Amino acid sequence: MAALGSPACTLRGLLRELRYLSAATGRPYRDTAAYRYLTKAFRAHRVTSEKLCRAQHELHFQAATYLCLLRSVRQHVALHQEFHGKGERSVEQIAGLVGLQLPRQPGGKGWEP
Amino acid sequence: MWWSCLQLRDWGRHLLKWPLGGPINSVVTGAIPQLWARAYAPPTEKKRFYQNVSITQGEGGFEINLDNRKLKTPQAKLFTVPSEALATAVATEWDSQQDTIKFYTMHLTTLCNTCLDNPTQRSKDQLIRAAMKFLDTDTICYRVEEPETLVELQKNEWDPIIEWAEKRYGVEIGASTSIMGPSIPAKTQEALANHLASYNLWALQGIEFVVAQLKSLVLTLGLMDLRLTVEQAVLLSRLEEEYQIQKWGNIEWAHDYELQELRARAAAGTLFVHLCSESTTIKHKLLQE
Repeated sequence: MAALGSPACTLRGLLRELRYLSAATGRPYRDTAAYRYLTKAFRAHRVTSEKLCRAQHELHFQAATYLCLLRSVRQHVALHQEFHGKGERSVEQIAGLVGLQLPRQPGGKGWEP
Repeated sequence: MWWSCLQLRDWGRHLLKWPLGGPINSVVTGAIPQLWARAYAPPTEKKRFYQNVSITQGEGGFEINLDNRKLKTPQAKLFTVPSEALATAVATEWDSQQDTIKFYTMHLTTLCNTCLDNPTQRSKDQLIRAAMKFLDTDTICYRVEEPETLVELQKNEWDPIIEWAEKRYGVEIGASTSIMGPSIPAKTQEALANHLASYNLWALQGIEFVVAQLKSLVLTLGLMDLRLTVEQAVLLSRLEEEYQIQKWGNIEWAHDYELQELRARAAAGTLFVHLCSESTTIKHKLLQE
């Protein structure tokens, strides 16, 4: 699985995501159970010899999958809050989303109060 | 020139009308509130009612505690999961909720709840059949005949995966351009169903979830056998969309939004299956003197 990159890279990415997540509680991310679990797992499964090891790939794959999950959820929430979290838009706002303006009649259309 | 002045004047009036925080969240006072009344507002989210999240090991497995209360499923069963890693991931999901609990971001919790409650009351056979149903209409077995470049792209990207699956499981899958889809031999169906039957019930729920997200059994098998990463599988599942995006442009609030959601769901499902079906043993290396 060359596509996974190096395990250190994955761990760094995971720790970065944990830092983002810890913003919710305000506690340092090193106090979380996830941090302890991840560092322990990464340490316990270091391989020291260059033997082809399926289990190593498996754990690294899981770590990379978890990283993908955390990252995608964060970006999805950001997009959701930016574009979808506020209920239905007005016609003008929808037109504005694609860079259009509603036609305007100088002096009003006559039926406004 | 004259027209742009008019626009500017209108824009100025627009600014005057909504001086504070824009029209979305400010209370509309004045003459035209009904114009801004929204037809649909999202349901209110639950507040984060707990401070600390912790894990305990109980009889049935690992449990999650929110402050001093135990987490329950929607059907009021005790929330227990078989592996520590899964429990840690679920606890992290709960702990990362800011102010309000956003259930739509908690995919692992949702999957565990589905397994514990099994709201549709499906057995193992039914789950396998539900997953196998996608093989008849597998995304990567449906090919287009035009345009030329997309045909080429599908051939280059999807064929290696089909070849891999055929070799890995010793079956014949094939691809088709007809609207009826490829005709999958009964032998293939049987072999793959037998393979799926080797997973336990929890893992099968996860597999069915991923299959339904990617709309492809073959890609899902690639994920389960570590042949593909989640990013690759999602890219392959959305191949035609990516092609159209390259041609016509990307829209952040539709394409990126769907991409991230699909990735999150596929990753959650894959991780869930791997964590539920594994049994790890660690052998410590002895230092030789």
